[in-house]
Amino acid sequence: MKSQPAFLKGLLPANGESNNASPFSVMVRKEVADQVRSWRFIILAGLILVTFLGSLYVSLTNIGRAVTNPQDPDSLFLYLKLLTITDGSLPPFHVFIGFLGPLLGIALGFDAINSEQSNGTLIRLVAQPIYRDSLLNAKFTASLIVVSILFFSLSLLMIGGGLITTGVKMEPSEFIRIMCFTALSVIYIAFWLNLSILLSVKFRQTATSALTAIAIWLFFTVFYQILLRIVVSAFLPDPGTLSQEQVASYNGAIITIMRLVPSQLYTDATTTLLMPSVRSLGPLTMEQMAGAIPSPLSIRESLLVVWPQVSGLIAATVVCFALSYYLFMRREIRT
Amino acid sequence: MEQPIIEIHGLTKHYGSLKAVDDLHLAIHKGEVFGLLGPNGAGKSTTILMLLGLTEPTAGEARICGVNASRNPIYVKKKVGYMPDNVGFYNDLTALENLVYIGRLNGIPEKEVKARAGTMLQQVGLEDALHKKAGTFSRGMKQRLGLADVLIRQPEVIILDEPTLGIDPAGVKDFLELIRQLNQQQGMTVLLSSHHLHQVQQICNRVGIFVGGQLLAEGNIETLAANLFRSAPYEVQVMVKKLPEQTAQLQGQLLALPAVKQVTLSANSAQIAGQENITPEIVRFFVHNGYDVTGVQERTYGLDEIYQRYFENNLKENISNEKSTGFFKRSFTGKWGKQ
Repeated sequence: MKSQPAFLKGLLPANGESNNASPFSVMVRKEVADQVRSWRFIILAGLILVTFLGSLYVSLTNIGRAVTNPQDPDSLFLYLKLLTITDGSLPPFHVFIGFLGPLLGIALGFDAINSEQSNGTLIRLVAQPIYRDSLLNAKFTASLIVVSILFFSLSLLMIGGGLITTGVKMEPSEFIRIMCFTALSVIYIAFWLNLSILLSVKFRQTATSALTAIAIWLFFTVFYQILLRIVVSAFLPDPGTLSQEQVASYNGAIITIMRLVPSQLYTDATTTLLMPSVRSLGPLTMEQMAGAIPSPLSIRESLLVVWPQVSGLIAATVVCFALSYYLFMRREIRT
Repeated sequence: MEQPIIEIHGLTKHYGSLKAVDDLHLAIHKGEVFGLLGPNGAGKSTTILMLLGLTEPTAGEARICGVNASRNPIYVKKKVGYMPDNVGFYNDLTALENLVYIGRLNGIPEKEVKARAGTMLQQVGLEDALHKKAGTFSRGMKQRLGLADVLIRQPEVIILDEPTLGIDPAGVKDFLELIRQLNQQQGMTVLLSSHHLHQVQQICNRVGIFVGGQLLAEGNIETLAANLFRSAPYEVQVMVKKLPEQTAQLQGQLLALPAVKQVTLSANSAQIAGQENITPEIVRFFVHNGYDVTGVQERTYGLDEIYQRYFENNLKENISNEKSTGFFKRSFTGKWGKQ
């Protein structure tokens, strides 16, 4: 846990080493330093590291059984197995990230603008010869850099650990899948980061923005599914009286509504990326399944399957960012 | 005559129906120390924010060094150092780190920035607190750090919003002295806003009285006094034990004295304003008529009186009669009591 920030600190000067750095890179550098030294980042990064090591340990102890299972078409992908298998004692790492990632994003962004404002540093900053949007951009970029470094180093750690313990050669396709998964996790966290930056622009009190962000997160992770289930059971006619097509269309509608939740998009996309045999995220009819051999998809095809999910996540991120831009650029900055 | 360094033409800012700044015209020349005086909420800070291009004016324009502040704020912000009224710093960083950060943002080369920040801190007298965290600073120290922060980019104009607010009297004196030095040694133009009249009086070449979004008067203090009290430049207050119930006769007699223009009588004092200084005659008059004179006060025109006079006019328009008399009684007794 202690080694994490120290490791990141060494990388920092790379951002603004040039002699006459632009204000943007100066701000990014300062924000990265702030984030890395802040307690909340150290705590959350430690938590993620602990879950990572825990799930890696569980998967390493079960890896022998998993790769020798002839029933599983994915059994040849050792490194993907490392990320996904579990004996039930701990959820796999990507499920943990689906849960902890939003918390990390919220923690990095919830006080981005309003703490500057209540400290009286915001007005001093915007009185410097800088564009106002560089402040927002710098805050976002800095947190994104921190998150990316954290996740890519965890992934590489996992790959390295797997190489040492198993000694199995890694397929290029596996490497690409793992990198895509990491990038996807970063995008997912970036969404929550942007949401919390938006709230920090909107609300003057840091506590309000933090609680609102957590409320949104709780709503999407817990209550949305419950609510949806209640609504569906109230409105859906008895399946016994429906035809095959009607059931399928109802199912499709429910899945579409489920996918309004970012964590659902993330889960769908990671599952497809990490389990090459997943062919579709919706229901498949018997005709579609006929003649299909249960074999893994190529990377390109997996990426095509998850592309809508990735676009959805990026779109949500961009919308949040655009909104915070809109709110911040013309607002009165006096306290 | 050279071009003014700050020009304001018809600057107006509305917040909904509220007119924060109303058709302001002002020119400040290089090397001046200009004081913007006014009560709270007069629109001083709004004007300053518009000067820096941080708030968009509803109408009119502000030009600094000939450049429109709302069209080209980056250029203006390079020329102007601004210290807000509630100056804040990153509490987790030391004074030096705070300053170095601002220096870097202003594009000071990496090699020089630390040395320059150190020099600035020395200049404002914070050399002992170089490596202390800004969170532990007292209000006065923060103001000094704020000044260092303004100076590190070597601006042509510095704008200070309520720079003396919340510092103790000794601190105020030092701080103002620092500003005076900067103005004299480096020829920096200074614009400062305040509602502390005496402090501003000490260092300003010129002041502007700003009330309700309007600049009621500007000029140096003598000119202001002369303009304002042109009709009756001399004023004497005579305090007596008791004035008669019926004051009409006394008032008539007083007005009959040579050069007396205006007489105001209250329970135990009389204020007499006139074109010439006739204090001895007035006292003689009171003594001859058997009044027990307890005190005589000749009035000198400082910023206080000027301010009061303008503020008074403004109040009369806004506040009901009853309230304003109450206000004046209080402020007058306060003032006479002090002297």
